[in-house]
Amino acid sequence: MSEFEPKIVGFFCNWCTFTAADLAGTSRLSYPSNIKIIRMMCSGMVDPKYVLKAFLNGADGVLIGGCWPGDCHYINGNLKARRRVAMLTEILKEYGIDEQRFWLRWIAASEGTMLRDVANEMTDKLKQLGPSPFNLSSNRKDLTAMGGL
Amino acid sequence: MANFTKLSFKKGEMNKKLAQFFNDMMEKGVVDALLSPMTQPKRGVMQTLITDSSHLKAIDPFAPVVPLNGAKIASSITTTPSGRKLAMVLRSCEIRALIELGKLRQANFEDVLLIGIDCLGRYENLDFLTLQARGETSESFLEKGLAGDTKIDDFDICGACKICEFPVADNVDLRLCIIGGGTDSLYIESLTSKGDHALEIAGFGIGETPSSRDADVKQLVSARKLARDEGFAKYRESTHGFDGLEGMLAGCINCYNCRVACPVCYCKECVFVTDTFRHNADQYMGWADNFGTLKMPADTMFYHLTRMSHISLFCVGCGQCTSACPNSIDLMPAFRTVAQKTQDRFDYQAGRSHDEEQPLTVFENDELVEVTGQVK
Ligand code: SF4
Ligand code: SF4
Ligand code: FES
Repeated sequence: MSEFEPKIVGFFCNWCTFTAADLAGTSRLSYPSNIKIIRMMCSGMVDPKYVLKAFLNGADGVLIGGCWPGDCHYINGNLKARRRVAMLTEILKEYGIDEQRFWLRWIAASEGTMLRDVANEMTDKLKQLGPSPFNLSSNRKDLTAMGGL
Repeated sequence: MANFTKLSFKKGEMNKKLAQFFNDMMEKGVVDALLSPMTQPKRGVMQTLITDSSHLKAIDPFAPVVPLNGAKIASSITTTPSGRKLAMVLRSCEIRALIELGKLRQANFEDVLLIGIDCLGRYENLDFLTLQARGETSESFLEKGLAGDTKIDDFDICGACKICEFPVADNVDLRLCIIGGGTDSLYIESLTSKGDHALEIAGFGIGETPSSRDADVKQLVSARKLARDEGFAKYRESTHGFDGLEGMLAGCINCYNCRVACPVCYCKECVFVTDTFRHNADQYMGWADNFGTLKMPADTMFYHLTRMSHISLFCVGCGQCTSACPNSIDLMPAFRTVAQKTQDRFDYQAGRSHDEEQPLTVFENDELVEVTGQVK
């Protein structure tokens, strides 16, 4: 049996984490292809619905990448994001989505190596945890496509 | 110092006494209008806006029914100023929800004299109508309820009320108290200077303090908390994970009655009825392709989880969501258990105070560090 490959949806801020991913690419740092990146203008633009939709459509993990506190281009979008993540984590936990599946990380534009490390770390963690319980629920059997995002 | 006025009444005359009290308030100009539960000409009891005091005799503030959480009604008649002084008689779940709506600028307390009632619980709307037709009255209900028995024939108060730890309304100007009074009297307690002023103008002095009130309230609250914790544990055990939630929601037809009934579902237009969710046929086909099947109507789990993310911080546990569901889905425990977690996370309690800011409207630079676990 081949190793379980988790599907991770990454909502990356255009000004920092997305640029860091770009940098990682141009610096030829390789990181797992498990992360499907969606570019956002700010981590504060990640509506909780996006995260829910990702999990409901088969994501095993969701990673939000934003600018460090103080560096958000919209002043405090990242601080709002952090509160929302805290709130949403509590809801997801109640229904079996462990907080280890839902990450918020500050990754600045220059931190290409951190992006690589976070991507590796999250992928490894999810391999340990296995498929999202939602993907194992009785209604969903063989999930091959991410779909619907 | 507690500030009570006693209203004694003869058997069968509680509402008459209350009508007199409000009549005095209106005649003396303390308020121009009253929002109160009132017996309706045909059947049932509904919140009613009364501006002519000659109609007060039909009021029934303690009727054990809440056809609609009154926060919604209170919101509709206070959001824009009417220039009239208004007294509103509401129970705790309605007042707590109203406080949250106030923070969202969907209610205004300026010209309002807020009157809370002690609440022992409500019956489902249809059950109440049956009981009313059988001749049950608010007094007969209170008499039994105060003795610890809310069961009448085959009917009992609804699940939300059985686990409600807020039988007494806080953040009010006046309180109509029946707990700790006895069956032939109720007490009006003033809690603010607005309340004091109202009683004074209406001609009520400070009188006797109900002797066993504090102890009786405490006892009821702790019994309810026990029931709540048991109820939560039972729910969490039976509804495990997404799979459990899906099972619970299996009969949901996306009618959205639950959010219409929810007093703290604050969006002017629910996103689930906008074009965002009017998908194209090829999108449906695509989703069906991904999973092999697509349950229709789609987005059911998405809807409920989104509602949790929108309002669990404000959920007051009124149970109107459960009451509204045409498919008998017991939503209240799902929302209350999640609400417990989200509210605890921010040390917030829906409706506890006017001054506590809603958790997602404020943020600090150096808080919740554990979310990212990163320090620069
Ligand atoms: S979610 Fe249900 S219990 Fe909570 S406030 Fe809304 S209607 Fe009441
Ligand atoms: S009221 Fe019941 S059927 Fe309608 S949307 Fe809510 S849970 Fe679903
Ligand atoms: S601009 Fe990067 S998080 Fe706001």
